Amino acid sequence: MGHNASGKTILALTLAGFPQYTVTRGKIIFNGEDLTCKTIDERARAGMALAFQSPPAIRGIRLGNVISLAGGVNPWTPKPGDDPDLPQKMLEKVNLEPSLYINRELNVGFSGGERKRSELAQIFAMKPKLMILDEPDSGVDIDSLRVVGNSLRDYIINYGCTVIIITHHRHILQYLKPTRVHVMSNGRIVVTGSYDELMPKIEAMGYEQLIKEATAHG
Amino acid sequence: MDDAWRERFRMRALQAVTKRAPYGNDIDLSEFIQAGSIPATITEEVKRKSLEVGVDVSQVKSGTYFQLDHAVLLSQLASKIKGLELMPTDLALSKYEWLREYYWKALSVEQDKYTAMAELKQTKGYFIRSAPNEKIERPVQACLYIDTEGVLQAPHNIIIAEDGSELNIITGCTVGNKSKRAAHLGISEFYVKRNATIIFTMIHSWGDETYIRPRTGAIVEEGGTFISNYVLIKPVRDIQSYPTAYLTGRNAKAKFNSIIYASKDSIIDLGNRLILMEEGTSGESVFKVVATGTAKVYNRGQMIGQSKNTKGHLECRGLMLCPTASITAIPELIAEHSDTELSHEAAIGKLQEEQLHYLMSRGIQPDQAIGILVKGFLDPGLPGLPENLQAEIRNRLSLLDKSGGGGREPC
Repeated sequence: MGHNASGKTILALTLAGFPQYTVTRGKIIFNGEDLTCKTIDERARAGMALAFQSPPAIRGIRLGNVISLAGGVNPWTPKPGDDPDLPQKMLEKVNLEPSLYINRELNVGFSGGERKRSELAQIFAMKPKLMILDEPDSGVDIDSLRVVGNSLRDYIINYGCTVIIITHHRHILQYLKPTRVHVMSNGRIVVTGSYDELMPKIEAMGYEQLIKEATAHG
Repeated sequence: MDDAWRERFRMRALQAVTKRAPYGNDIDLSEFIQAGSIPATITEEVKRKSLEVGVDVSQVKSGTYFQLDHAVLLSQLASKIKGLELMPTDLALSKYEWLREYYWKALSVEQDKYTAMAELKQTKGYFIRSAPNEKIERPVQACLYIDTEGVLQAPHNIIIAEDGSELNIITGCTVGNKSKRAAHLGISEFYVKRNATIIFTMIHSWGDETYIRPRTGAIVEEGGTFISNYVLIKPVRDIQSYPTAYLTGRNAKAKFNSIIYASKDSIIDLGNRLILMEEGTSGESVFKVVATGTAKVYNRGQMIGQSKNTKGHLECRGLMLCPTASITAIPELIAEHSDTELSHEAAIGKLQEEQLHYLMSRGIQPDQAIGILVKGFLDPGLPGLPENLQAEIRNRLSLLDKSGGGGREPC
């Protein structure tokens, strides 16, 4: 968590390997493997999946095909053993009617809620070990929020994976109970605590006060 | 066949055999003098190659025309389809005296040395006609195939959609493996009569050493619609073409869609000219090109508004994959009436990194991601095309990433 421009998204993109951010110090170790010098796709295949806050719309590319590709299936030249129904199954998980969405152009004309669900469908197909969700609840109406929250919870229960969630709201956390809460400021994690301990403080004091207090103590 | 009436065209052609075209490199046609081969049957190899340009000759379900070098191997089924006529042009000209009125009417025989040589060295071509008010549902397929090295193929095609009729044609042009240097001068004249529609899809698949100079004219009468889809995916030595649509009747419409994948050292100079001559006519040209290797692409376009309530739009979208390729867009808008609305839009750039990174974040390797983006950029979505034809063109595009190289060649 953290106020706007505190560096949350940059942290997510850096973890995912976006070349516009350079790691100047430290390493990214994931499951014992040093990913610091790996490319975006290598990190993704290692099991790290990022759901974008505002994913781009790409014409001429079908959502169903991207879901297949995310699941390691080439939709144009499938191999024996590939699951041809993967896009269908993933779209069902996020409550997007497959017959309506499978052939839609990627995120083109999608509402905020549809984009977030399209992100999750793609990420679920990747079967990641770590999900980084960048504001999966922003710009989403209450019904979409419920879908996003429930499908995430189901996925985590069924497949077990670590989730880093960036959020400004408590609503999504009704569905996912975080073990740790980190507050970022100025590109650094400045406060860390358990959900039950930290959440009421944030609500009561706001980031500004909390950070001031923490840095004074530190 | 009494050919005396054609003498005047030959005379005019002779005057123009040295007349250079205003665009494109000047090609010495005297190199291409080989007589074509005259095979008895269509071989498996030829079948496979023509399927690549969307023409299926193994199971003929619609009107089909097949020309190899100068020989017409197939011109059939048309008689079984109500309202459709399909035959070699020379045969049609001897059968119908009235057809002479259409010969070199949408195009001038002395336009340049290529039209002139096409007349002097003419090698067949097809005549396709839909009878009044007949809708020919299945696309008529035609294949022009070059098989012999050094051959000059110069078919003269005449396509007529009579009043209220609809004609859908797919033409594939390709070369056999053994033919290397060859030249193709295809003449095509389209006549879209009142309230008629022609949807014409041309898929070109030439070789590294083929020189191509098609010449096309279309006359669209009142309420008529002419849609021309053009697809070029494989490398070509040098192609230059500048089809013109004359919208001569009220509310006539014309639309050109081009999808070009320019690779290796291809030289590609293509344009469309639309002349909005009558009240309420409208036209559009959309040109999408991906340039890689050391390909040089020129997209010309001319939209001429000559009457009231006319509307025209030119669009060029270019994607540069290599720093050694080039794309030049040269749109021209010419208003000759105060009540005409003309616009153009040209955008050329590189692949959007944001999109590439997004696909990569799904675990897709960069080369494959580029292939997917290129395919998505070119993806036809061509209006008026039946789904099977769209799928066919998508198939052609999908060949781009079969190599595993994502359709990208080293720059």
